[in-house]
Amino acid sequence: MHLILFILFAGFCLAGAINLLLQSHPISSALSLIVVMTSLAVLYLLLGAEFLAAAQVIVYAGAIMVLFTFVVMLLNAGREDRTLGSKASRLIGFPAVVVILSLIATIILHAQELGAARLSEGITTTEELSAVLFTKLLLPFEATSVLVLIAILGAVVLASRGNGENNAKSKEAK
Amino acid sequence: MNAILYLWLIPLLPFAGFLLNGILGRRLPKWLVATVALLAPLAAFCMILQISIGLYASPVAFSHLPFIQTCPLGWINVGTFHADFSFVLDQLSLTMLLVITGVGFLIHIYSVGYMSHEEGYARYFSYLNLFLFFMTVLVLAGNALLMFVGWEGVGLASYLLIGFYFQKKSAADAGKKAFIVNRIGDFGFLIGMFLLVANFGTLTFTEIATKLGQDPGWQGGVVTVIALCLLLGATGKSAQLPLYIWLPDAMEGPTPVSALIHAATMVTAGVYMIARNHVLFDHSPFALSVIAIIGAATALFAATIALVQNDIKRVLAYSTISQLGYMFLGCGVAAYSAAIFHLMTHAFFKALLFLAAGSVIHGLGGEQDLRKMGGLWKKLPVTFWTMTVAVFAIAGFPPLAAYFSKDAILYAAFTQGTNGKILWTVGLITALLTSFYMFRLWYMAFMGTSRNPETHPHESPFTMLGPLTILALLSICGGLIGIERFGNFLAPSVGARLIDLTDPRVEPVLGIVAVAIAVLGWFVAFSLYSEHPKQPARLVAALPRGYKLLVHKYYVDEIYGYVVVKPLLGISKFVLEYVVDVAILGGLAWLLGGIATFAGAILQRWQSGNIRSYAAWVAAGAAALLLFVLVPWGTVWPESLAFVWKVAGH
Amino acid sequence: MNPAYTQLLQQDVPLAWYLVLSAALFSLGVVGFLIKRNLITVFMSIELMLNAVNLSFVTFAHQWHAVKGQIFVFFVMMVAAAEAAVGLAIIIAVFRARATLAVDRIDLMKL
Repeated sequence: MHLILFILFAGFCLAGAINLLLQSHPISSALSLIVVMTSLAVLYLLLGAEFLAAAQVIVYAGAIMVLFTFVVMLLNAGREDRTLGSKASRLIGFPAVVVILSLIATIILHAQELGAARLSEGITTTEELSAVLFTKLLLPFEATSVLVLIAILGAVVLASRGNGENNAKSKEAK
Repeated sequence: MNAILYLWLIPLLPFAGFLLNGILGRRLPKWLVATVALLAPLAAFCMILQISIGLYASPVAFSHLPFIQTCPLGWINVGTFHADFSFVLDQLSLTMLLVITGVGFLIHIYSVGYMSHEEGYARYFSYLNLFLFFMTVLVLAGNALLMFVGWEGVGLASYLLIGFYFQKKSAADAGKKAFIVNRIGDFGFLIGMFLLVANFGTLTFTEIATKLGQDPGWQGGVVTVIALCLLLGATGKSAQLPLYIWLPDAMEGPTPVSALIHAATMVTAGVYMIARNHVLFDHSPFALSVIAIIGAATALFAATIALVQNDIKRVLAYSTISQLGYMFLGCGVAAYSAAIFHLMTHAFFKALLFLAAGSVIHGLGGEQDLRKMGGLWKKLPVTFWTMTVAVFAIAGFPPLAAYFSKDAILYAAFTQGTNGKILWTVGLITALLTSFYMFRLWYMAFMGTSRNPETHPHESPFTMLGPLTILALLSICGGLIGIERFGNFLAPSVGARLIDLTDPRVEPVLGIVAVAIAVLGWFVAFSLYSEHPKQPARLVAALPRGYKLLVHKYYVDEIYGYVVVKPLLGISKFVLEYVVDVAILGGLAWLLGGIATFAGAILQRWQSGNIRSYAAWVAAGAAALLLFVLVPWGTVWPESLAFVWKVAGH
Repeated sequence: MNPAYTQLLQQDVPLAWYLVLSAALFSLGVVGFLIKRNLITVFMSIELMLNAVNLSFVTFAHQWHAVKGQIFVFFVMMVAAAEAAVGLAIIIAVFRARATLAVDRIDLMKL
């Protein structure tokens, strides 16, 4: 079962990622990314991370990607237009990517210590997770919540200032 | 209290005077500056007097000479070479010190009067004390290195004092010329020192003398080379051919400076050095003959130039060069004691001549041209009488000082063999010329009527006249000690030929000839400048080119300018300005700037602002990092090379 | 049922495959960053890269049965969320200033 499920959802991941690259409209890319996220959630489940799978779907696919979609629609982003381009990105970037990928893949495939994943083995319950999270790693947890708060504030300020200016200008123009 | 134990004070007291006057002098009142400056030579002279009297009183003390006092702190101690701060007092240095401090003290007193209205009073006296310090170091030095310190130091003091009126361009140039020409001579001295160290391993005079005495193989060869190098140094310092050109220009300095440095003391340093190294020179007859020839040639050369000079100080300058030629002649015939004897008497009458000339100049308010003087015998009586003594002395009239010393040298030359006779003839002709031009000066300056009626010459103050009188007395009695006693006195330190005046036939004849020559010179001067004053002009008209040659000093300065100075300036301008400065350094700066600009222009394109290219470079960096870290290069390289080899092989 | 088929069903997935998948997703993210011309799409590629790393963390957490790996993923998600919020706000601000979402036209930082 494990193998079939893995191949299936790994295929979905890759397909979604490649589709993200191939699509020209950002909304299509966003939707492909959602496919990738959900497939990844299934893969987390296969690896025994129950909580993370749920968090992936709720936070990533459900919130972040929705945010992306909102912004795409807000800014009315259209199809990608041909712009100036960058030779460096093709000449230097692609070989770099190839090198990175091949290096990592070679090393991983030659590694001896990696084992195999078994279904319904090594499942981490939410209880275990929270036991560590709220006791030993409480401080980072709280710090992260502060971080999120700051991010919210920042986002509000960044996104609203333009609004205020525009309003002022339009009021003056009138 | 035995003053000899405080030998080190003799140089150090003037040095202290130099420091005090140099640092604080400007703020002190003039009388205090003068007192500080006079204390040093007075104290040194008193010490030396005490030493001399002590030695004279107990003859057994003479056998304890040379007295060596070494500074307990070492100086140079490198491998086998060893040099110390050691002062040596023997008969030679004692004589020199008596002259230096005695005449120096008199000139210090004279300067108080002469410089009383001048700017830079404290500076002058600090320089004078500095000179005294270096000169005493030079004379007392026990090894050539310490002597060289004094040697250079007196050159420095001479430069400072010649260029004392530094705002005048001619004075500054004269100072520079003196120092540079001296440096050329010092180069010879240095080479000589290097050769001494290379061959003898030491620079201490006593050790060199011992080593020379032990091994009879030291004859000619290296010793000649060393002697000639040292001779080059001596010609620079003592203004002989070919390095005499600085002395006439040095008359730009104040007259007491000319008296002290360029008549009595510094210029005699060359003679002293040769006498000090007499053992070395004795082992090289060739060098000795070179010295004699240079001395005689210079004496004649300078005397001819002095015939036509119109500046009173120039006449005296060339006279100094000429008399130094006599001293070199004396050294050249190995009659070192005669040379030192003449050095001593010359110090007396030449200093007197210069100081009297200074009194004349001071009295006339700065006039130095002989053609504008005259009739001063009435207006400046003391100056006149002292100058008369000096003129008669230098001309060689007995029983005044120079008669004995010049006679000794000429006798030593005459008895040297056939070459000696030639040298004697040259010396005799020079004596004739000397007598003539000195009396010419005497007539033009003092006798007759004044050619410049507007001036109101006044006699000099007592501070100036006192030293004149004392020096006149010394000029009268200085030679009476006689060359035999003097030679015996100096023998332990300069050894060599004792003047043997026992030959009754030759010596009196030579003496009479010398006196006759002096009288002849006087007579010619009398007839040309007193009886028939129009005659000199007619002589000049008769030999115009000869006159021009002499007046322009044989064009030696111009020749040196064309042959040495101009090419040197041209080469340095070319090499240093064009090659080094413009091409190399400028090129280097241009290159560095160019590289920076070029690199910057290239690297600037990297900062394109394009996010994608930045990302590409980040990815490339990450890839490179991963490659560097993850790939086991130790095994990959050989393996990949082996793989390529295998593939290429098939 | 076919025994080969049963065997296939019971086979385990080597963890290496998960890691290779993670590496592949990451590389695809980098490629996306390099070739995409819309600012928002570029940002999405960044999210893809983050997710690839998350997968790798979970894999290793499974291998050593360490909870810390999964906690790290948790934090990465948190930070990614915050970052997405702020980043998108910045994109909005940039769009307001430059009226374009083309990556190549937003080059005010060049020399």
